[in-house]
Amino acid sequence: MPKKVENVGCPYCGVCCDDLVVTVSDDGKQIIEVENACAIGNQIFHHATGGERVKLPRLRQPDGTYKDISYDEAVDYAAKVLYNAKKPLIYGFGSTNCEGMAAAAKVAEKAGAVLDNCASICHGSSFLAIFDNGYPSCTLGETKNRADVVLYWGANPAHAHPRHMSRYSIFPRGFFTGKGQKSRKIIVIDPRHTDTAQVADIYLQVRQGHDYELFDAFRAVVRGHEIPEEVAGIKREQILEVANIMKKARFGTIFYGMGLCHSDGRNHNVDIAISLTRDLNDYTKWTIMAMRGHYNITGPGAVWSWQYGFPYCLDLTKKDIAHMNPGETSSVDLAMRDEVDAFINIGTDAGAHFPIEAVKHLRKHPWITIDPNICMASEISDLHIPVGIVGVEVPGIVYRMDNVPIQYRKVIDPPEGVISDEELFERIHKRLCELEAEGAAKAEIKAAPAGVRAEE
Amino acid sequence: MSELIIKNGFVVDPLQGIKGDRMDIGVKDGKIVETGTLSNPKTIDAAGMTVMAGGVDVHSHVVGPKVNVGRLFRPEDKLFKSPLKSPTCSRMEMGFSVPSTFKTGYDYARMGYVFVNEAAMPPLHSPHVHEEIRDTPIIDNAAMPVFGNNWFTLEYLKNNEIENNAAYTAWLLRATRGFGIKVVNPGGSEAWGWGLNCVNIHDPVPYFDITPAEIVKGLIETNEHLGLPHSVHLHCNNLGNPGNYVDTLESLKLAEGYAPKNDFGRKQVMHITHLQFHSYGGDSWGNFESKAKDVMDYVNAHDNLTVDMGQVTLDETTTMTADGPFEHHLCSLNHLKWANVDVELETAAGVVPYIYSPKVKVCTIQWAVGLELALFSKDLMRTFITTDHPNAGPFTRYPRVITWLMSRAARDATMKTFKWLDKTIDATSIDGIDRELTLYEIAQMTRAGPAQALGISNTYGGLAPGMDADIAVYALNPENMPSDPAMIEKAFSRCAWLVKDGVVTVRDGEVVAEPAKRTVWVDVKVPENAQVQRDIYEHFLRHYSVKLDNYSLFEEHLHNPRVIEVDATE
Amino acid sequence: MKTVILTLTNPPELMLEGQNITPDNVAGKKAAEIAALDVWEGKQKSALGTYFAVAGDGGATAAETKIILRGDCTRVKRIGQQMTAGEIVIEGNADMYIGGWMKGGKIHVKGNVDSFCGIGMEGGELVIDGNAGHHLGASPRGEWRGMQGGLIRVAGSVGNDTATFINGGTIVIGGDADIHVSTHGEGGTVIIKGNAKGRVGGQMVKGNIYVYGTIENPLPGFQMVGEVEQEVDGETATFTHYIGDLGERHPTAKGKTVYANLYTRN
Ligand code: SF4
Ligand SMILES: [Zn+2]
Ligand SMILES: [Zn+2]
Repeated sequence: MPKKVENVGCPYCGVCCDDLVVTVSDDGKQIIEVENACAIGNQIFHHATGGERVKLPRLRQPDGTYKDISYDEAVDYAAKVLYNAKKPLIYGFGSTNCEGMAAAAKVAEKAGAVLDNCASICHGSSFLAIFDNGYPSCTLGETKNRADVVLYWGANPAHAHPRHMSRYSIFPRGFFTGKGQKSRKIIVIDPRHTDTAQVADIYLQVRQGHDYELFDAFRAVVRGHEIPEEVAGIKREQILEVANIMKKARFGTIFYGMGLCHSDGRNHNVDIAISLTRDLNDYTKWTIMAMRGHYNITGPGAVWSWQYGFPYCLDLTKKDIAHMNPGETSSVDLAMRDEVDAFINIGTDAGAHFPIEAVKHLRKHPWITIDPNICMASEISDLHIPVGIVGVEVPGIVYRMDNVPIQYRKVIDPPEGVISDEELFERIHKRLCELEAEGAAKAEIKAAPAGVRAEE
Repeated sequence: MSELIIKNGFVVDPLQGIKGDRMDIGVKDGKIVETGTLSNPKTIDAAGMTVMAGGVDVHSHVVGPKVNVGRLFRPEDKLFKSPLKSPTCSRMEMGFSVPSTFKTGYDYARMGYVFVNEAAMPPLHSPHVHEEIRDTPIIDNAAMPVFGNNWFTLEYLKNNEIENNAAYTAWLLRATRGFGIKVVNPGGSEAWGWGLNCVNIHDPVPYFDITPAEIVKGLIETNEHLGLPHSVHLHCNNLGNPGNYVDTLESLKLAEGYAPKNDFGRKQVMHITHLQFHSYGGDSWGNFESKAKDVMDYVNAHDNLTVDMGQVTLDETTTMTADGPFEHHLCSLNHLKWANVDVELETAAGVVPYIYSPKVKVCTIQWAVGLELALFSKDLMRTFITTDHPNAGPFTRYPRVITWLMSRAARDATMKTFKWLDKTIDATSIDGIDRELTLYEIAQMTRAGPAQALGISNTYGGLAPGMDADIAVYALNPENMPSDPAMIEKAFSRCAWLVKDGVVTVRDGEVVAEPAKRTVWVDVKVPENAQVQRDIYEHFLRHYSVKLDNYSLFEEHLHNPRVIEVDATE
Repeated sequence: MKTVILTLTNPPELMLEGQNITPDNVAGKKAAEIAALDVWEGKQKSALGTYFAVAGDGGATAAETKIILRGDCTRVKRIGQQMTAGEIVIEGNADMYIGGWMKGGKIHVKGNVDSFCGIGMEGGELVIDGNAGHHLGASPRGEWRGMQGGLIRVAGSVGNDTATFINGGTIVIGGDADIHVSTHGEGGTVIIKGNAKGRVGGQMVKGNIYVYGTIENPLPGFQMVGEVEQEVDGETATFTHYIGDLGERHPTAKGKTVYANLYTRN
């Protein structure tokens, strides 16, 4: 008898739908059906059991081919790479659970590594804005239950977060919003007339790269000041109209996406959006939220904040204090500047996402990829370690885009012998401790520094 | 198994009425035992030192979403402000006002604390709270879910359905693995969902049509109906504003006529937290003044109440509270960054950095108000030391608070740094108070009293045989107290020894072991209640954004639990 | 004044963190002791002398100590960090955080510097003959108390995010500035003698900005209020005066609202 697993979380996008029903074959090995998920979510589950999976770590040979090795050998290799490097970088965590992130941090701290996640090339600019200006936000259920005005700025959920609009923002009937879409005004601001813009009551086509100016204009108008006749391609009347709707809302949410944090001035676009949200709270209730991409990309920001006080770009190389400064300690900057001498790519594909120059620099040094599947990164690595798929084969806690923790379930077993990220990092940690103990045992007494020419 | 004997210390244990007698304390298998039962114990020489039970913190914000926002959005709270990792600890320690989980555990242990009650858990975020508890070493944690703005609670109490509310409360405690009933700005945080507030206890909650007064009384009745270990734990309405002592006294009066009903030795029906923030007179910042005397006169006369100080420590810190409207108000005063998290159907939260400067009159008056509360108290078993960490200052300043309470000279030295000393003296009574608290009274305020109020004094807060072997030894000789108050602060900052669960955990102020910590929660049995089950099902179906079955904490995310069972089926 | 000459003879493979290279740390030390100061290449802590040849002893105090850096210091970060007095001359380029959190004394860089130079500056003088990267004279992440005082002078051009959260002090840029100047500023003065790209004075509460060239994308929150003649950096000129950012909060002083001032040269 096939078995139905209910209340399953979807390990794809930041909407973190937790209402999936997955039907699993008799032997518990095949996924037969996935209900409630969107097309992308559906595919994630089928993909897991569809193709060939890598079941053992693979080490690059002198002739360029991969050879299967045991997990023990892989753990030893990874630990030695980390131990011997002067400034290793551990980057990724787009598709890992929080338990794995916590274990990875333990390894990074022990190894003296830089620890970073995909936010670094994505919503990291949101963090910079939050550092500078705060984050007046809410959980998604608040928007569903209360919001009568919803504003998507530089975000296209219709493509990137398919069920966002139906679960939380535009369509659902909430406690104070019993009429669903009819009880809400939808505003979309985007340089492109996206599919999301199709469902908007008001659409403003902001000139590409000039969001900051438009926010500035909204703020000036909300405070009752004059503005020029046109700002960022939008007519004054329209700005006044939208500002008025925002001020008169009972409860509003601004959802912003990569359009804001990937155009010029990145963090400042988000920063001034936060300022506008603050301003509006002098009149009524407004909240703001980043449309985080991957289902648990909010996770590392949470875990590493409670462990170190920083959400990303953690330089732990000093081993006794953590340092963070995106622009310096961010993965791409480090790689571009050729500042790291070992790289662990986990649960993402730096091979595909990093600038080619950065990849070239990283390739000069040992490169290890930890990923359930074959990807660009795994194919240019020195070592590829397969792990179980979180949300399908491995349970755990993930953080939704609104920072709400969702407990994900396991639906099927991982391929035989394949371990979880968490277990892998725990084993690397153990091996590092051993190496450290051996290293301490044979450390020599430091010689006097060379190059001294004292003027005695 | 392992045996210890702590020899020749001056033992201070208010739960047993021991006032500094020179005694030995025996430890066996993690529990305190009669010394006669020991066969071959290791000896800790505590001669010339003070021996107390491990400290118990009744109210501190150490784990969970808003604490973590405070960490995340303040990188400047780490820069040049974090200590280097201790070679004897396993992890780095980052942050000052909102320390990392590791620093939190280590620093509490260094101060001789073993139990910390997280003051506000948003139920929807309970898996997050428990993840942080896992990463907070050494100290045992409990966490109180917030109820004062919860839609279920508002709906049941509006209709005076105490039994239903009790059934829901029991369900939520189990779902979140929570400890007791926390109430923050009752009704006001729900009003904040619309950008509004309930500024006094008779101000009705929009839509729900119930007043804060009714919420508080209903929750007291619920709490006593269930017979929970701890009482209702209240953060009053109208926090932080001039003249709010009037509202505070009205809130305190809500407990009149109620008597505690429980099997845990708890004597109060309501705990009022961070009373300092609620004891202000005047009607503007210009004539802002202390009303600590009026408030404490009431507390002294009503033994069904306990309070904690919320002492301002004069540091740069991070305020964080489920009182969403207050944090918005604060950011409009100081213009610093503001984070806000409204949580569907349950609560709100805000976070804003704040600088309590000795150069600012309001801050120095606040400092005096907190100390006056303790110094006017007639019963220190009902008056506890807190800084509402990190709201009025970080918990790492407890030793300084203790020093101010124990030493008039220490208070005077601090007051010398005030820019508006005369105005502070005029607006408060602090300069007229000579009282200096004793070590016994400090032990009441930091372990015996909080343990009793939390209903855990059979396990924590004392040194009687059978209790957990949580023992702090401080390098202070009660017969020869140091004349320099700084030495008192030093002794309480870094205890000479901390034994936790029978394991030597701190030695000479350094953490030397990281014994397993526990999660303490309360499991209440209540009669089957079909209506409440239906209501829960309905709200999750229609209004929550997560599925009911994913909301309750999975067993695998609960770490090393210690469950306190309550039977409320009778 | 005693002079210590540090010559980079053995460049690091990755980069070097040299926060100990300040007159404060060098003062009172013999050359051999200076060579023993810690520097970091990632997790590898080494003695300064591993990379640099050290000649000369420090003065008795920081104020009596001058450090000259020779060789290619393009990959050496944090020189002069938190220095309080004395002098540093970098004869070529240098990396990030030069003069970060500087309180006093003087740093002269004859080449270019990278990002985060002069961040969190409280006093002293930082002179750069070449170009500077991003975040010049800005506040560190999350810190609302940005540059408090001192003078930064860059002969060339600068990157983006100059003077974020500036509270005091002066920054003079000989060339152009990329986007974001004095964002969130609440005091201080920034003078751009070339052109500015845009977002000049966004979310600014108080303080002054002078732009001699053009602003490619001016903000709608700045409003022209008139023309003024002023002496700026030793020369007098007429400027068009704007106030802003009108979208931002502003304090009042003596019953009048205080705005940030933006002056463009006529
Ligand atoms: S919307 Fe996102 S989380 Fe939901 S099913 Fe689709 S991909 Fe999965
Ligand atoms: Zn509170
Ligand atoms: Zn509190």
